[in-house]
Amino acid sequence: MRAPIGWLREWVDLDPSVDSRQIYQALVRAGLEVETVERVGPEVTGPVVVGRVLSVLEEPQKNGKTIRWCRVDCGPDANAQASQPAPAGQPGSRGIVCGAPNVAEGQLVVVALPGATLPGGFAIAARKTYGHISDGMICAEDELGLGPDHAGIMVLPESDDQGQPLRPGQPALPVIASVDEVLDIAVTPDLGYCLSIRGIARELAQAFEAPWRDPAARPTPEPRQAGCPVQLDTAGCPIFVAVTVEGVDPHRPSPRWLANRLRMSGLRSLGLAVDVTNYVMLEIGQPIHGYDGDLLDGGIRVRQAVAGEVLVTLDGVSRQLDPEDIVITDGSGVIGLAGVMGGQSTELGPDTSRIVIEAANFDVLAIARTSKRHKLSSEAARRFERGVDPAAAYSAAHRVADLLVELGGARVSPDETVAGRPPDRPERTMPGDLPTRVLGHPVPASQVETILRASGVTVRPRGDDLVLTPPTWRPDLVDRYDYVEEVGRKIGFDVIPPVVPVAPPGRGRTPAQRLRQVLGQVLPAAGFSEVISFPFCAPADLDRLGLAADDPRRAAVRLANPLADTSPDLRTSLLPGLFAAVARNTSRGLDDLALYEQGLVFFGPAGSAPSPSVATRPSDQELAAIDRALPRQPRHLACVVTGQWRPAGWSGPACPASWVHAVAFAEAAARAVGSELSRRAVDRAPWHPGRGAELRLGDRVIGLAGEIHPSVAEAFGLPQPTAAAELDLDALIESAPGPGQLPILATFPVAKEDVALIVAADTPQAEVAQTLRQGAGQLLESLALFDVYSGEQIGPGLKSLAFALRFRAPDRTLTEAEAAQARDRAVALAVERHGAVPRIG
Amino acid sequence: MSAPDSQPPRGALDDADIDRWATQATAAIAAAQSTAELKAVRLSHDGPKSPLALANRALGGLAPELRRAAGARVGAARSRVNIALTKRQDELQAVELAQRLSAERVDVTLPAELAPLGQPHPISALMERLGDVFVAMGWEIAEGPELEAAWMNFDALNMGPHHPARATSDTLFVDPVEHNLVMRTHTSPVQIRSLLSRPLPIYIVCPGQVYRADEFDATHVPVFHQIEGLVVDRGITMGHLKGALDHLAQAMFGAVSTRIRPSYFPFTEPSAEIDLECFVCHGASVLDPDAPCRTCASEGWIEWGGCGVVNPRVLAACGVDAEVYSGFAFGMGVERTLMFRNAATDMRDMVEGDIRFSRALKGEAR
Repeated sequence: MRAPIGWLREWVDLDPSVDSRQIYQALVRAGLEVETVERVGPEVTGPVVVGRVLSVLEEPQKNGKTIRWCRVDCGPDANAQASQPAPAGQPGSRGIVCGAPNVAEGQLVVVALPGATLPGGFAIAARKTYGHISDGMICAEDELGLGPDHAGIMVLPESDDQGQPLRPGQPALPVIASVDEVLDIAVTPDLGYCLSIRGIARELAQAFEAPWRDPAARPTPEPRQAGCPVQLDTAGCPIFVAVTVEGVDPHRPSPRWLANRLRMSGLRSLGLAVDVTNYVMLEIGQPIHGYDGDLLDGGIRVRQAVAGEVLVTLDGVSRQLDPEDIVITDGSGVIGLAGVMGGQSTELGPDTSRIVIEAANFDVLAIARTSKRHKLSSEAARRFERGVDPAAAYSAAHRVADLLVELGGARVSPDETVAGRPPDRPERTMPGDLPTRVLGHPVPASQVETILRASGVTVRPRGDDLVLTPPTWRPDLVDRYDYVEEVGRKIGFDVIPPVVPVAPPGRGRTPAQRLRQVLGQVLPAAGFSEVISFPFCAPADLDRLGLAADDPRRAAVRLANPLADTSPDLRTSLLPGLFAAVARNTSRGLDDLALYEQGLVFFGPAGSAPSPSVATRPSDQELAAIDRALPRQPRHLACVVTGQWRPAGWSGPACPASWVHAVAFAEAAARAVGSELSRRAVDRAPWHPGRGAELRLGDRVIGLAGEIHPSVAEAFGLPQPTAAAELDLDALIESAPGPGQLPILATFPVAKEDVALIVAADTPQAEVAQTLRQGAGQLLESLALFDVYSGEQIGPGLKSLAFALRFRAPDRTLTEAEAAQARDRAVALAVERHGAVPRIG
Repeated sequence: MSAPDSQPPRGALDDADIDRWATQATAAIAAAQSTAELKAVRLSHDGPKSPLALANRALGGLAPELRRAAGARVGAARSRVNIALTKRQDELQAVELAQRLSAERVDVTLPAELAPLGQPHPISALMERLGDVFVAMGWEIAEGPELEAAWMNFDALNMGPHHPARATSDTLFVDPVEHNLVMRTHTSPVQIRSLLSRPLPIYIVCPGQVYRADEFDATHVPVFHQIEGLVVDRGITMGHLKGALDHLAQAMFGAVSTRIRPSYFPFTEPSAEIDLECFVCHGASVLDPDAPCRTCASEGWIEWGGCGVVNPRVLAACGVDAEVYSGFAFGMGVERTLMFRNAATDMRDMVEGDIRFSRALKGEAR
C-alpha cells in the first residue's frame, strides 16, 4: 500500500511539526512494515512559472516542420529580464519558439525560464533557434516528469484547485504538481484494513493521540431496493450497495490533484469515473465497481457460477468459471467476477453518463481462491482476500457519488439499493489481566479498555473480565490472544523488559548429537572438507551410477512440483551431489579434493498422511498413521576423493588419492564413534568391481567404499581415479558402544613374535589376521600387519603376509616358551584354515 | 700425542720419573683435540700398561719402608692425571655437541603438515555454535524428519488447508499432492512433534534443513537452514522471548541492539519480527537520501527472524492446556546469520560445494 502522507494528513490532524521520520517510526512500532518513505514530485529546479500566450505566429520551415513563434507574458520580473524585450507599445513578454501544434493565443501555460533544470538534468537557457532567440520553454507534461503525455504542451485552467485565479509569473510547480512523501507499506495478512488511507490514518491518530475524521462514517441503512434491483443468492456476499448517478459529463478530465494522488499511490489515471472509484478504494479500502447503467440488462443477481459459464474480464481474457466462483449477473448473464474483476460487457466507456456504483462485500476465502484459480490478482482481490469492512460499503458508494457530482457534474439518484446487511461480529470474553500476563509488562485494565476502544472495539467490563466485540473492519480480532496482540501493538513491544527465561537443568546434546559433533571435528582433521548439496536427483543420475533395475537406491520419492523438472526425485544417495561438487571444483581449477557430506536420503514408497482435526490432540492411532505415511529417511555420510591426497613436496613424492583414502574415511568415522568396521570385497555399483568393499558392522552391511568404476567416473565427468565411500550414519551411530569400562593395566613385560605366512594371493589379510587372533588365544595383546610381499621369491599366485604379534600376561612375566607356543598355535590354525606356509628367515 | 718416554724400573721408583710421567700425561691430555684422541691418551697414560699404572703395580715389590712414600707419590700423580682427563673430556664433549648441533641446523620454515586439514561447512559450524548457546542455558536440541506430513508442517501450526503458504508455488509437495506429504518449509514441525511427545516444560531449539519453492540466486536458496526455538512453561511472557533473543544476538554478534516489532504469523499471537541494528550504518542512513545504506536499504535495521507468543490454537492441537501453560517461539535463517556474522555475500556459494568456501572459516571464526 502506497500512502501519500499529505492524503493521510487530510483525515488525521497531526501536528505540523511531526515529520515523516516520526510517522515512519510510529507505524513500524505499531506493526506496519513501512518499506520505504519516498519523496515524490517533479525533479525540477529553478524558475518555472505560469505564462500567458499573447500571440502565436506559425513559421513553416524548409525541413517541412512548422514552428510557432510565441510572445508569452511571464510576469513583470521575467518579462523585464528578457534577452529581447517586447516590441515597443506592446505588453511585456518573452519570445519563445514552440513546436507543439496545440499552443494557442490566450492559453495559460507552464514556462521554464533560463536557469531552470528539468528532469534528466535538462538545463534551460536562452538559445538561438530557427532564426529567433527562444527565451525559455513552454513545457509538455512529460518534460516536467509529471506523466507520459507528450501530445502537446500543458494547458492550465484559469484557476487553481482552490479556485484562486492563476497569474502570469507565479511559480507553476505548486499549481501543477503535488510534492509529497509516500509511505510504501507491506501490509501483513491480518491487517487488511491498512490497505486504505482510512486504516493507516486511524493507526496514526492512535499513535500520536491526534483527532481524526473517518471517511467512512455514514451508518448503513436498513435494506431497501429503491434503486437498481439486487438479489443476493449466495452466502458469499453479505451486503451489496448500489447507488446510481446520472448525467456524468464524460468529457470532464480528472483534476490534477486526483491524478497526482493516484499516481503517487501507484495507479494510472484512466478517466474521471474510473479514477474516482479507484480513489475511493484507496481512501476507504472498499473496492468499487462502476457499471454503465445503460448497458445493464435488468437487475443484478449475485450467485455462485455454474460450471461451463464463461466471462470476458476487463483485461480482455476469456475465463472459464468454476462453481466456487462468485459472480455478478444481469439479464444477459455473467457480467463480473465478484471481488476480483468486472466484465467487458458493462464496462464504463467514453460516453457513459449513467453509472451504477457497486460497493459490496465478499467472502475472504472465496475471493482468495477465485483470484488464485484464475491467476488474477487485482487491487480489489488483494483487499477482499484480507477482509474488507462490510460496514464501509454504504459510505464508499456515496463518496464515489459525491465526487462524481463535484467533479463530473453528475446528479445522485435518490433511489438506492442496499441488499443485505453487515454481519454481526462474535463477542469474546477476556480476563482484564491477560495482556499483562502474556506481554510480561503491566497494562492496567483501564488502559486495556482505552486502547481497545481507540481501535474500534466495543468493550464491556464484567467483573474482572472484559466482554469484547470487534469493529467491522477487524476480521483478525477473534481469539483472546488477538486482543492481547492489539494491546501489545499499541503499547509498543519496545517497552517490554527482556528477561532471560530460566530452563530446568538440561541433559545436553543426545548421544547421537554428540557423536555427530565429534564427527564434525574428526573428519575435517582427517583431511576432508564438508559440502552441502541440494538433495534432489534425476533418474538419469541413478542410470549414470550404473544401478541395476532392482537396486534399492532406485526407490526414489518423486516430488509433485520439483524446483527443476530435470531433478524431480529426492536423493537416495549422497554420491551424485558429491560428484557434482567435484565436477564444479575441477572446472574451477581445484583438482585435489577430499569432500564429505552428511544429510538425509529418502527411500520410497511414501504413503498418504491423514490430517486429523486440530481442535484437540490427535489420537495416538492418528499420529501413528501420520508417521507410517512418511518414507524412510536415514542420515547418510559420504566422501569423495580425487587428485593428490598429498602433493609432491620437499619431504617426499606425491601421494595420489586412492581407494585407501575413501576406506580410511569410513574407518575414521567408525573409530570416532567407537565402533569397528569390517570389510569384504564386493562388486557393487558405482564402485570398481575389484576395488570396492562392503562396510560391515558384524553381519550388517552399512555402506560401501572404494574406487569409483571408471565408466561411472567418465559419466559424471570425474577425474580418474576417483574414490568414494557412503554409509548409513544412523546405523553407525546406533552401533556406538555405551559408556564403556576402563581396563586394569598389565605392567609385566611384553613378548614380541613376528610371523610371516605365504598364502594364496586372493586371500584377504583380514581373514588371516582373524585366524591368527583366534589361534593365539588370550595372551595376544595386539596384532599388526607390517608387510605384504609378492614376487619371484614367493612364486606366482601367492603372497607373503607378515604380522607382528605382541603377547602379555596380566599376572606374570611370560616365558619365551609360552610366547612361542602361542605363536605356533596361531600359525597352525592359519595353516589349517588358509593353507598358509610359514616363511622362515 | 706423545707416549710416556720410558717404562718404570723394576727396582726402586724414582720420584723424578713419577713426576715426569704425570707431567707428560697432563700435557698429552691438554693436547688432545677430540674425545677420540683423548681416549687414546687415556689408554697410553692411564691405561693398564701406562708407566703410572705399572709404577703403581710395582709398589708391591718395594721394601715396606719405601712403599709408603712412593705410594703417596704415585697416588698423587695418578689423581692429577685423572682430574685432567675428566676436565678435558667435559670440554671436548661440549665442543663436539656444539659442532653437532650446528651441523644439524634445518630450515624451520619448510612446509610442515602431517596430513591435509579439512573443515566443516560454515553452515554446519554455525549451527553447532547456535546450538551451544542454548545447550549452555539448559535447553535441548530437537530434530525431526525433513519430509513431513502436511499436518505437522501446516495444520497443527494454525495454517489451515487454504493457507497461501500451502500453494505449490511456495511448498514442495511429494507426488501426488493429495497424499499430504511436503518437504518441511520450516523446522516448526519439530516443535509440534516435541509438544506431542516431550514432557512439559519444554525448552528446545530445532536446527535443520528446510525447503521452499523459491528462487535460486545470490540472496535466495530454496534449500536452506533454520534454527527455531520453543519454550512452553508456566508464566512464560513476551518478556522472556525478548530476553532469550537478546542473549542469542549478543552471543552471535557481540554488543548489538535488537528490536522486536509487531508482525503476523499464524502460529504465534502476538507475533513479531526480530531486527538487528544495521552493522554498517547503525541507523544513520534512515531518511537521509544523501547517505543511502545498501545493507539495510536505509531502514537502520535488518530483519533477522520471526517470533512471538505461541498461539493457543497450536497448544490445543498438541493437547497442551493453554490455561496453564504459555510459550514463545522464534526462528531465524542460518544462512542469513552467516551473512551477517561472516560477511557471506552470495548464497549460491553455500550449496555449490566449492572447497574454497568450505575451507575459508577457521578456528574461532567458525
